[in-house]
Amino acid sequence: MGIAHKFGDDINTDYIIASKRKRDTVDPKKLARFLMEDIRPGFGGTVQPGDFLVAGENFGCGSAMEIAPMVVVGAGIQAVLAKSFARTFFRNAVNLGLLLVICDTEQITGGDELALDLEQRLVRNLTRSVEIPFQPLPALMKKIVQAGGVIPFLESDEGRALLSPL
Amino acid sequence: MGQTISEKIFSSHIKREVTAGDILFAPLDLMMSNDASFPLVLEALQKIRGYTIKEARKLVLILDHYCPSPSREVSRIHEDIKAFAHQFGCTLYAEGEGVCHQLIPEKGHVRPGHLVIGSDSHTTTYGALNAFATGVGSTDMALAIHYGLLWFKVPLSIRIELNGNLPKGVYAKDISLHFIAKVTSRGANYHAIEFSGDALGKLSMEGRLTICNMVMETGAKAGIMPADEVCRAWLKGKGVTDVLPVTPDNDASYSREYTFDISSLEPQVAIPHQVDNVHPISEVKGKKIAMAFLGTCTNGRLEDLAVAAQILKGKRIHSGVVLVIAPASRDVMLEACNRGYIQALVESGGMLNAPGCGPCVGALGGVPADGVNVISTANRNFIGRMGNVKASIYLASPATLAASCLTGEITDPREFL
Repeated sequence: MGIAHKFGDDINTDYIIASKRKRDTVDPKKLARFLMEDIRPGFGGTVQPGDFLVAGENFGCGSAMEIAPMVVVGAGIQAVLAKSFARTFFRNAVNLGLLLVICDTEQITGGDELALDLEQRLVRNLTRSVEIPFQPLPALMKKIVQAGGVIPFLESDEGRALLSPL
Repeated sequence: MGQTISEKIFSSHIKREVTAGDILFAPLDLMMSNDASFPLVLEALQKIRGYTIKEARKLVLILDHYCPSPSREVSRIHEDIKAFAHQFGCTLYAEGEGVCHQLIPEKGHVRPGHLVIGSDSHTTTYGALNAFATGVGSTDMALAIHYGLLWFKVPLSIRIELNGNLPKGVYAKDISLHFIAKVTSRGANYHAIEFSGDALGKLSMEGRLTICNMVMETGAKAGIMPADEVCRAWLKGKGVTDVLPVTPDNDASYSREYTFDISSLEPQVAIPHQVDNVHPISEVKGKKIAMAFLGTCTNGRLEDLAVAAQILKGKRIHSGVVLVIAPASRDVMLEACNRGYIQALVESGGMLNAPGCGPCVGALGGVPADGVNVISTANRNFIGRMGNVKASIYLASPATLAASCLTGEITDPREFL
């Protein structure tokens, strides 16, 4: 369970973590307090481990820099829920093992308490007593996320088996 | 069933026929990383047990985002990258050589049919050379460096047909802003864009690089142009002659198709704070500006400096405007010097930066003041992009920028051409 922090559409990677911040350090734990600072000053300080980022369309658009999902992970965010994700943010998050959920986020308001049911593929909005279904990730991506990211996945037996004929 | 360019490139790389939607591991022809992203690539590499470089000759490292270094932390990063390149024998372009998305095509690293990744989103630029070129994150880059392979989902494709003749005062940047507005900043998400149409053959390679650079701002995975005579001649000039163009089949399948007639296009401006917030110049002109930035991987090339120099030659920029210029590479800068463009730009009141990204990412070399409007030839205008959340960024062509420098407000360049 965690609190939903709601954002709009087209939240780009510069908003997630400002360019000027990543110039001098790329430590996600140090950068976590600057999460979304240019559009919501002080936001980083309000995030508790296990919380959710909830957004509209095209979350994570802009730069391919992996620091954006890394800072989201560094802040302790459990999963990002959005109507759609930008391509590079999506694959960077999968590679890092950050859980992304594509669902109808209209039914979530900032401050709602949420719980994720991965087996039933539902987001339970406990505050509003609403269940929001979501589509599963493609099989390979699901395995990567479950392994904790693509590096551990490719070092696993299954990952090694996938690569060996190539 | 016919194949798109993307389907053909992936098929040839894994030696079996694939279709959009297929998820596969493919080998790469080129990997590019720069000083903004390589520190994280190194960290990711170190998480791979016993990491190695599969093929050092395919890895190109470029110092461009933070050059010359603005801090001791960044200087340390530069030293680490140089040490890595030296240790493993990868190609290195050090400080002052230029921005990555100019150097890679300029030095002949990409050819038609190539599968290329860069740890920078505007890697799509190299699609102008009929390659599949896409931006990836640091973990992906580390995987590619170690395994020599990367996982991909073969994208669906969108077709953009550009027809007609560019009117005077209208350029590739204006074409780009126009189609970004129509496709929108998320309209091409998970798609590759293929360009066609009779306008393409009349576009210079520099113009095509601008367009494929800007393709990223539609959310596209790649933007691919045909390897026509202009492209092949350009490559020949760089000693690249063994070229196998990739063309789509006549019955290839596209999610969407757009047709644009550029004959009646006006200069375009992307207004704050989204790249697809595009308006024709007639709706934006008169907006006061206090800073102008001419450069970047989008519009820092010779033709860009040429048109700005043409407009500014023999004149002084408006007293209320600060003009910063960053040529996209050392070679561009030197040739621009030879031709008198740099002289004209500096004499008009412009400040010359070393080739590099600098102001585009708010890193160094020109941060705007609070409350001002900036006109920039870059590709992004998000809040805080240039290092100040209280500045507003307007994106335009170099010609529009130069005209605006003269008047101190956003101005139609056709008045000066």
